[in-house]
Amino acid sequence: MELADTTLRPTTQALALSRWQRTSRILLRNRSAMVGLFILAILTFVAIFARQLATHDPEKPLIGLEENVKKRADPCIHALGCPQDQPEHYFGTDGNVRDVFSRILFGARLSLIIGFTTVSFAILIGTLIGLVSGYLGGWVDNVLMRVMDVLLAFPSLMLAIAIVTVLGPGLINALLAIGIVSIPTYARVARASVLVNKEMDFVSASRALGASDPFILLRHILPNSLTPLIVQGTLGIATAILEAAALSFLGLGAQHPTPEWGLMVGQEYKNVFNAPHLTFFPGLALMLTVLSFNLLGDGLRDALDPRLARTRTG
Amino acid sequence: MLQYITRRLLTSLPVLLGILFITFSLARLLPGDPCRAALGERATDEVCDAFIRREGLDRPIPVQFAIYLGDVLRGDLGDSFRQGRSAVEILIERLPTTIELALLAMIFATLVGVPAGIVSAYWRNSAIDVGTMIAANIGVSTPVFVLGLLLEYTFAIIFKDTPLWLPPSGRLTSGVQLPSLAQSLNLQNLSGFSAGFLDFISRLYVFNSLVTGNWKVLWDALRHLVLPSMAVGTIPLAIIARMTRSSILDVLGLDYIRTARAKGLKMRAVVFQHALRNALLPVVTIIGLSLGGLLSGAVLTETVFNLPGVGRTLFEAITARDYTVVQAFTLVIALIYVLVNLVVDVLYAFLDPRIRLS
Repeated sequence: MELADTTLRPTTQALALSRWQRTSRILLRNRSAMVGLFILAILTFVAIFARQLATHDPEKPLIGLEENVKKRADPCIHALGCPQDQPEHYFGTDGNVRDVFSRILFGARLSLIIGFTTVSFAILIGTLIGLVSGYLGGWVDNVLMRVMDVLLAFPSLMLAIAIVTVLGPGLINALLAIGIVSIPTYARVARASVLVNKEMDFVSASRALGASDPFILLRHILPNSLTPLIVQGTLGIATAILEAAALSFLGLGAQHPTPEWGLMVGQEYKNVFNAPHLTFFPGLALMLTVLSFNLLGDGLRDALDPRLARTRTG
Repeated sequence: MLQYITRRLLTSLPVLLGILFITFSLARLLPGDPCRAALGERATDEVCDAFIRREGLDRPIPVQFAIYLGDVLRGDLGDSFRQGRSAVEILIERLPTTIELALLAMIFATLVGVPAGIVSAYWRNSAIDVGTMIAANIGVSTPVFVLGLLLEYTFAIIFKDTPLWLPPSGRLTSGVQLPSLAQSLNLQNLSGFSAGFLDFISRLYVFNSLVTGNWKVLWDALRHLVLPSMAVGTIPLAIIARMTRSSILDVLGLDYIRTARAKGLKMRAVVFQHALRNALLPVVTIIGLSLGGLLSGAVLTETVFNLPGVGRTLFEAITARDYTVVQAFTLVIALIYVLVNLVVDVLYAFLDPRIRLS
């Protein structure tokens, strides 16, 4: 046994390494994935160093703290010719006289957390359902998949709204709702991949050796099902951020004074005609964040799915 | 074909029951007691006791579910305690706005998305292709409400006093009025279902004004719909364009296309006569499935453009804790979604014999 271990380990490592290398090489050549990764790198940097980069407190109104500061003031950058007697606010101020630039920076932190937590939650539960459903088959599969069908029968945002209604508004509840709504997608992806993998020879071999079902599932089937889940998860982060922003826009997600981009638009959208910058900057930030995950997800799909890469003609 | 439709109908039955169960549970899972959820916080104990007995809320859950099913089948979706009228009445009033918006958005998405995809695939890797795909990526990444607001700002403020100016909110310019079909067709003495139905289609302003030849109102209604439909339609448009492109490229890699090319057919003939017919099949599915996105987008768009549609009403009902309306509207939206998926599947089977025969 020990001998087998020492001979096997380098091989699997080499395989894993070469696969990782192949993936990263394809990713590096994929221009849109690189653009996505680049935007994401900037966002992560901003999210980590939000406190250092911010010029003001993101939640505190500046009335009384700064001279001449005005409500919903237009962006003012001294270097670009804004008069020196006006306080400098790169993206202007909002209706509560807070610095929009600082709020956008802190919003990056929140958006990334929202994306990763909801998708992790959904992947965890969805994968579990998909694994059990695909591996056991029979009536378990039937019942679980019909439940997933019902969840998919609602337009996702509508279902999320309904769940938030039951749970009550708030960022955590909104995240939970978006997580629940996206479970079926991952359950289906995991199940499809289990159905393929469980017929593989290495699974039969493991079973013949006397391995238990949970062991086979976790050790053999799950690792081989991860690729489509990672791709779906990356694209799912984009959707989750959009939906969380939509819920916050409607007042059902993040609450005042949290610097959440959707909420920032939601609080000021009625002033779009006289203060368009209050819609434009958070909107642009949302668009760039979602775009980066979409580009990266598409790139990952091309890189990780050899079947797709081979048949792809474009 | 009939066999396929029957089979497909039977498989959607469990989903329908599931939906009904979810909307049923919605009213029972709500925080607080169901009586005050339905009648408001100020309902007295006597009123509540009577309500609970009348609604059968003291009976076992399966019995309650059966009662709910019976009510729904009879077309009784409960009364809104905030507005003091039935949820069905509110649906008749609000649903047409959303249907018009969704249909126009879908037409916009298809008419722009499919040609964009074809152009992109035909001149693959050209500047046009790259440009279209960048635009499509930005399109799927822009939140509906942000796009709506930016469109509003652009067309109502930047293009002010130019012919490009478009109204930023509402369904008709104030002062413009459209008589109901009952009035125009002298059918005022109808009652019950037919009256409700006539009222419903009267409120489809585009349809109504088209039928009665009221061109001024038609023009006005369409102008009001342009911006909201563009806002809701952009994400489906981008998805349709991407799907059309990749689908055509997939088909172009197949053997029969190579045969056609080898026969000496021009690329244009191959794409339009051979590839397109097969490539558009998956696009039909995507167009149908994007309806869910359209309905979700409608909540946000109706909020931004101040349109009295289903999404806006649902949202207002939630904030007002008007749960009967929430329940009724959620149910109807899910039913529409299931129905459209059914139609798409049947259409797909009709277009592709392989599906119905497998």
